[in-house]
Amino acid sequence: MKVKQFYLFLLMVAFTTIIVACSGSNGASTPEEGSSGSTEGTSDSDEDVIEVGILHSLSGTMAISETSVHDAELLAINEINENGGVLGKQIKPVIEDGASDWPTFAEKAKKLLQQDKVATIFGGWTSASRKAMLPVVEESNGLLWYPVQYEGMESSPNIFYTGAAPNQQIVPAVDWLLENRGTKFYLLGSDYVFPRTANAAIKAQLEDAGADLVGEEYTPLGHTDYNTVIAKIKSEKPDVIFNTLNGDSNVAFFKQLKDAGITSEDITVLSVSVAEEEVRGIGADAIAGHLTSWNYYQTTETPENSEFVAAYKAAYGEDRVTADPIEAGYFGVYLWAAAVEKAGTTDVDAVKEAAKELEFQAPGGLVKVDGENQHVYKTVRIGEVQGDGQIKELWNSGEPVKPDPFLKGFDWASGLAESLGQ
Amino acid sequence: MSGTILTLFNGLSLGSILLLIALGLAVTFGLMKVINMAHGELIMIGAYVTYVIQSLFLKYVPEPFFDLYFLLSIPIAFLIAAGFGILLEVSLIRFLYKRPLDSLLATYGVGLMLQQLARSIFGAPNVGVQSPSFLNGGLTIGTLVLPYSRIFILSLSILCLVAIFLYFYRTTNGRRVRAVMQNRQMAECLGVQTRRVDLVTFAIGSGFAGIAGCALTLLGPIGPTIGTYYIIDAFMVVVVGGVGALVGAVVGAFGIGFFNTIFEFFTSATIGKVLVFMLIIAFLQWRPSGLVSSRSRVLDE
Repeated sequence: MKVKQFYLFLLMVAFTTIIVACSGSNGASTPEEGSSGSTEGTSDSDEDVIEVGILHSLSGTMAISETSVHDAELLAINEINENGGVLGKQIKPVIEDGASDWPTFAEKAKKLLQQDKVATIFGGWTSASRKAMLPVVEESNGLLWYPVQYEGMESSPNIFYTGAAPNQQIVPAVDWLLENRGTKFYLLGSDYVFPRTANAAIKAQLEDAGADLVGEEYTPLGHTDYNTVIAKIKSEKPDVIFNTLNGDSNVAFFKQLKDAGITSEDITVLSVSVAEEEVRGIGADAIAGHLTSWNYYQTTETPENSEFVAAYKAAYGEDRVTADPIEAGYFGVYLWAAAVEKAGTTDVDAVKEAAKELEFQAPGGLVKVDGENQHVYKTVRIGEVQGDGQIKELWNSGEPVKPDPFLKGFDWASGLAESLGQ
Repeated sequence: MSGTILTLFNGLSLGSILLLIALGLAVTFGLMKVINMAHGELIMIGAYVTYVIQSLFLKYVPEPFFDLYFLLSIPIAFLIAAGFGILLEVSLIRFLYKRPLDSLLATYGVGLMLQQLARSIFGAPNVGVQSPSFLNGGLTIGTLVLPYSRIFILSLSILCLVAIFLYFYRTTNGRRVRAVMQNRQMAECLGVQTRRVDLVTFAIGSGFAGIAGCALTLLGPIGPTIGTYYIIDAFMVVVVGGVGALVGAVVGAFGIGFFNTIFEFFTSATIGKVLVFMLIIAFLQWRPSGLVSSRSRVLDE
């Protein structure tokens, strides 16, 4: 029996070693892994480095999306460091894993702010993770840069939102569809806070425009069988499906939609959570011709973007693609660095003050921080997925759109914030 | 009318998918009583094998033969998943045959390791597999479109069922397996090498998970965590069907498939699932050991 137990123990050790070795080789591009800097090197670190926290899910279901944003943020930090750093100091990332678990996000944010005393945190993806970190950063007056489009109805004094607010993604997409693709809408989303909040706003907007809502359907996160949903869609015959499905469900939905013989010419699907990275997982042939709404595509033509795409591929491999949240994570680091330079300190209140109305030429075009709600001005772009997996821009707003997270500028949205219980 | 036929077909199709993912588990959990939480990850391995073979075909095989990759993937996915099953059995499961609850935790841990391994090798984002061209489109009957991929999966799961049935009920090895599962000591006394039977049976169950993974690339995502989407459904089928008999898994799979489709059609995906689970709870009150059962589901009898 003892021999057996020893054997088992050896086996576990071997397994662990393999796993560590694998993740070690994977993280070759990450300079400082784990909870460094808490004890060692504090004496000199105060002198010539500024520590910042990076807090994304590197394991669990959300790792699929967040790993790339984490990579982009490290790229930006490396670039800034190569150009002399901030205030003459090097930026040192402290990387933590949120593990797709919302309480872990809160706990790690607390650790980064209170124990590592980082100057700022870059992190989060799901609204749930942001809402978990929000009280923590507010309580210790920290800073969080959140890089993903979201449902709006929030404006924390300690968070900078570099992804799109609803009026920079969803509202213009609905307008564009009404004008170009038809007025019979079918709303399909995953069953959680973002799709339900987004659809509440879309319904108000459709009603205001006098358009038809022929169906509204939610499926659980991770749902993989869309046969029945597609049967319902077929019987309702909408012009447009507004898709707020999140994560892997998109793959199942688009594959099965194609199998059911519905092409983009029959019904246009516009997605707000499908970017270049997700297109690869779906398979370009299954989603080609359908639309997306974002602020940035890999094909966006700016000089900054060709540099960014080249640098990203050089750092992480030729087969990688860039996408909207990746770009938002990347320029978030630059905005913070610029604000610190301007303030001359990493003090949170001073940086917040300096960040007001700050402008930056991001890969997706000019962005500007709104002094009032700490979201950013961004250009809206509607694109069509191509056969090669890239997204071709069909329309853009021409200029950066002022962020309006509470949709105050729209009459039909009055009372929406209250009715959503926010 | 066509709506009814479509719903029936969709129910049949969902049932066949459930059957395919549960078939392997019906062997490892149903017959061997090993709670293998890594079953989903064996499905994932099957899916990634298909992806790798597809990528190799894209690189090295001339265009006209590309479609053959899928037919080749099925046996290879079976063999590789079975290989992982053997590794798992030899290194872990065999120590836990008498401790089913421990096997639940241990195999869950193995599942997490396999997920992380896949993430390290293939990266966190989903990978894409291009369906073979002969499975594109669908059979058109009047206004109905029955996707070929669904018809293919339906046929595949029936084929797998027949194969597994023939193995267990028409071969000497299969008879040995049943003998060991019914009375281990007696079988040992009669000269059956029970260790070998355990190993082979577990490998077969794992291999069928590989086939399921291969087939699912036609319909769903291929990523490190796909196993977690299917594992609950697989256990649900086996528990409802009854432990110890393959027939139970068949009836369970198609029963759940039909009810799920019908409920979902008249309500929504979320409510449909809730109703199915309520039905299952009610059903298990009435038949605690499942539809067809040669033994109880109690773990430590």
